[in-house]
Amino acid sequence: METLERIIADHPFFAGLESYYTNLLTGCASNVRFDAGTYIFKEGEEANEFYLIRSGKVALEIFAPQRKPIMLATVDEGEVLGWSWLLPPYQWKLHAHAVGTVRAIALDGKCLRTKCEQNHDLGYEILKRFAQIMEQRLEATRFQLLDVYAVGR
Amino acid sequence: MATVTTTEAITDPMLPQPYSVRQVVKETADTFTLTLEPSNGAGANRFQPGQFSMLWVFGVGELPISISGDPAERDRLVYTVRSVGQATHALVSREVGDAVGVRGPFGTGWPVEKAEGRDVLVIAGGIGLAPLRPVIYEVLHNREKYGRLVILYGARSPRDLLYRKELAAWARQRETQVLVTVDYGGLSWRGHVGVVTTLFKYARLQPERSLAFACGPEIMMRFVARDLETRGFARENVYLSMERNMKCGVGFCGHCQYGPHFICKDGPIFRYDQMRPLLEKYEL
Repeated sequence: METLERIIADHPFFAGLESYYTNLLTGCASNVRFDAGTYIFKEGEEANEFYLIRSGKVALEIFAPQRKPIMLATVDEGEVLGWSWLLPPYQWKLHAHAVGTVRAIALDGKCLRTKCEQNHDLGYEILKRFAQIMEQRLEATRFQLLDVYAVGR
Repeated sequence: MATVTTTEAITDPMLPQPYSVRQVVKETADTFTLTLEPSNGAGANRFQPGQFSMLWVFGVGELPISISGDPAERDRLVYTVRSVGQATHALVSREVGDAVGVRGPFGTGWPVEKAEGRDVLVIAGGIGLAPLRPVIYEVLHNREKYGRLVILYGARSPRDLLYRKELAAWARQRETQVLVTVDYGGLSWRGHVGVVTTLFKYARLQPERSLAFACGPEIMMRFVARDLETRGFARENVYLSMERNMKCGVGFCGHCQYGPHFICKDGPIFRYDQMRPLLEKYEL
């Protein structure tokens, strides 16, 4: 049977991370499963964890009054879901719902923040990896904002 | 006084040849695929994947439209057209049997022969899938000549996706991966949501032994080419289909000049290393 530590070490988000750090992360980790249609988190709720997606698809949605929810992005197997746990005020900015059954590793943000404060090398590793994800998603969002396929572009 | 013989007249690139509409298929709310056949019953003009024709809607105007059909089907020419203005609206409103004038094919094609023995990455945005469809047909008809075929296709929303049945059929072919995304998903959409570059991480191919063909809005191709480079594609292995206001189709009129190039004659297909300095210029 795969151990949590092995699963974390094999997840693309933590590729190449030293075993000392994966061991530290494992202390904050748990296996989770969400059924299709379940909301994993909702805008405004406290953000106290993030997820390493092992299988399934998560839709990120934003709501506007008197409109249907707008699906802005999907997060799939091998990707990481959520960074609001990392920065104050630690609140989700979007809704996330499981499109199908989702299996993931949940990492407790409070636990991890404490470990990062105690061990800045771990904190730097985590921040570097999240910064890369943020940069990729910012780039994708800029591209999305251009609405390049609209008529008249 | 010079005289024009019948043979010269037929081969004159400025003279439209009469074709008639065989079929019109509605792909999306504003996009239609027209199948044209020569009115004289002869074979259609042969073309390379990526080439375009100038289509005359008599009494309305002439339009440059990429050929989106199968190069192996010699009796017809197929075009996928988005109705965005007076001339395109008139074109897609043709009915079976109506006449359309065809000049061409013009321009350079996708260098499919250079992809032999390599993986082929097709990246399309919106109606950009149309000029790439002949490449897909070519690879699938000659499967043994090529490595993996990876098709990444992005559209604005689920209802804007072209060739949905074909996409599903291509995905069932061996050594073929088809990934589709939309910029904005509706509640019933269960596929990927995000811009087309967000699909790159799922593509199963080896960049160093692949050729990439990209077509879509120019700004999309800038993002795509930049991202491909980050992922290990050499600039000379990335090809883009450029678009400008093409009129004559043979490099005489200069309407489609882009830096030192005439898109209609030197393109529309260019290598990224040729286009990169121009893509970054504001005034072009």
